[in-house]
Amino acid sequence: MRGVFTFIVRRVVAAFGTLLLSSVMVFLAVQALPGDVATQVLGKDATPDAVAALRKQMGLDQPAWERYFDWIKGALHGDFGTSLVTTKPVGGEVAQYLGNSALIAVVTVLFAVTGSLVLGVLAGLYRDRWPDHVISTVSLVGMSIPEFVVATLLVLAFSVTVPVLPAVVLYGPGAGTGQLLPAVWLPAASLAIVMAAYIVRMARTSVIDVMASEYVTTARLKGLSTWRVVTRHALPGALLPTLHVIALNVAWLVGGVAVVENVFNYPGIGKLLLTSVQNRDLPVIQAIALISAVVYVICNLAADLGSMALNPKLRTRGGSVR
Amino acid sequence: MSVLKTPAEAPVPAPPPARSGAPGSAARVWRTVRTSRPAAIGLAIVAVHIVIALLAPLLTPYHPTTGDAAHALLGPSADHWAGTDQYGRDVLTRVLYGGRYALGVSVTATLLTLALGTVLGCAAALRGGWLDDLLMRVLDAVLSIPAILVLLVIVTALGTGSGVIVLAIGVICVPQVVRVVRGAALAVVPQDYVTAARARGEGTWAILRREVLPNITDVVCVEFAMRASWVVLLISSLSFLGFGADPPTPDWGLMVSENRTAITVVPMASLAPIIALATLVVGLNLAADGLSKAWGVDRIREGS
Repeated sequence: MRGVFTFIVRRVVAAFGTLLLSSVMVFLAVQALPGDVATQVLGKDATPDAVAALRKQMGLDQPAWERYFDWIKGALHGDFGTSLVTTKPVGGEVAQYLGNSALIAVVTVLFAVTGSLVLGVLAGLYRDRWPDHVISTVSLVGMSIPEFVVATLLVLAFSVTVPVLPAVVLYGPGAGTGQLLPAVWLPAASLAIVMAAYIVRMARTSVIDVMASEYVTTARLKGLSTWRVVTRHALPGALLPTLHVIALNVAWLVGGVAVVENVFNYPGIGKLLLTSVQNRDLPVIQAIALISAVVYVICNLAADLGSMALNPKLRTRGGSVR
Repeated sequence: MSVLKTPAEAPVPAPPPARSGAPGSAARVWRTVRTSRPAAIGLAIVAVHIVIALLAPLLTPYHPTTGDAAHALLGPSADHWAGTDQYGRDVLTRVLYGGRYALGVSVTATLLTLALGTVLGCAAALRGGWLDDLLMRVLDAVLSIPAILVLLVIVTALGTGSGVIVLAIGVICVPQVVRVVRGAALAVVPQDYVTAARARGEGTWAILRREVLPNITDVVCVEFAMRASWVVLLISSLSFLGFGADPPTPDWGLMVSENRTAITVVPMASLAPIIALATLVVGLNLAADGLSKAWGVDRIREGS
């Protein structure tokens, strides 16, 4: 039992270490962007006095490491500074957009994970027969086309040819869930298709591995029905390696929404990211980068702990992973 | 029962102890291509794309960036097989030339990434200890930030030149290559011939070049095809968002974003670059799949 505890503690500490390191990187990268922020806010014609005053007000005259600690301290309390463009607190703004993106993310993950597990298991069970060929080919194509292409094709199919879903969102970030809901399906479908392709491949491989294992053979020899062998013996084992691919893909979503939301003009975190990059709104970029790092680290941690819970071997040998 | 491992410690089948030299490996690729259908199809598609990109000026009578405003937004016809865009430029010509940017930038970026990643990955596996730990921690931190975000920040800072994009791709992809190569090299390092080389007093660099590298060529080749497909997708997404190729450069991602608004009028203007992009990436993925299956490189397990 102690082994499990040490393992969990070590994983959590490592996760915090990674997060700390990425926060430093985010800060340094964004600070390294050329151009003085104060000059940028005031415009090129500003007097040197005004620029100096603003720099002092924004704390830019402090050394970098002091600014980093201020930023982290604020971030821990949900205070990410004020936007250079809207002059509103970044935290609230990002939270609003993030909520809208979460709507897409939940729908995407739900559909992509269930759909791809079913397809992956089917392909694995019917290895080298026609269902496998069809599913494998489709998933190869799915992972070979970028999100914006899937999105464009879906618009062509469901907004132009058969106009049932909106191609562009006309609401701002403050729109209610009810208003945004019709606009969620196409972006979510675009992301789900790309995401599912990877999970299908992983699930297929692990099902094939597990079906060839001795304990599945034993279960078969005991005379259990195929359904029972698959659901009770094969699936739990096959899910284990797939868990990490799912975690990686959920983390990938943060980047994926950036592209897809811009195709549909959906008021989410990706749209906010692109506008902030265009306007060089540094505090917003920093906040989004930090939040996505947190999502990535949490997803990986969850996958590691989840696979430990599923795999008795890892539970008893505690520290053997990493 | 497959035991779960983190991607960095992915099980790589122990490479055959026989060293494959340069001429041998070329022959081996050829043998693989003849026996593995997916690899052959994939490499053929990529080859066709390369030839088209190189011969683009010979294949079309039109210029990729100058248009004829009188012939804007035409459908497919005998003169313009894929129609024209809103500036009257021939779509097919732009698609043919578009491969130059996509292939040029992607191949350069992938080669650079792979070279750096291979050296770092092997060094981490050979040296181990604190260097390994530190490197893996830093790479984990880089991986935790979405690729597109890193790209956008770098491009905002340094401009959208192709040199900058190559560099940015390097920053994003090196961590993944290092993980894969390190995993493969870790399987080679405990082998007796490496120990023997160490006992002979050979330096890290010599061991890396003579003992480790020849034995992980398979993994590196597969990683090249797989990483290239990923880079092509990333660069086209960047162009689509308006941070990659500058207009009027003929680029597939850029073409889709330019012609998307006119998709009801001239669907071919968006579909043609999409088909070009998709076939190139399918080709690369097929090649990666076929080669890895033929060589026993467990690609999915390597965290790709």
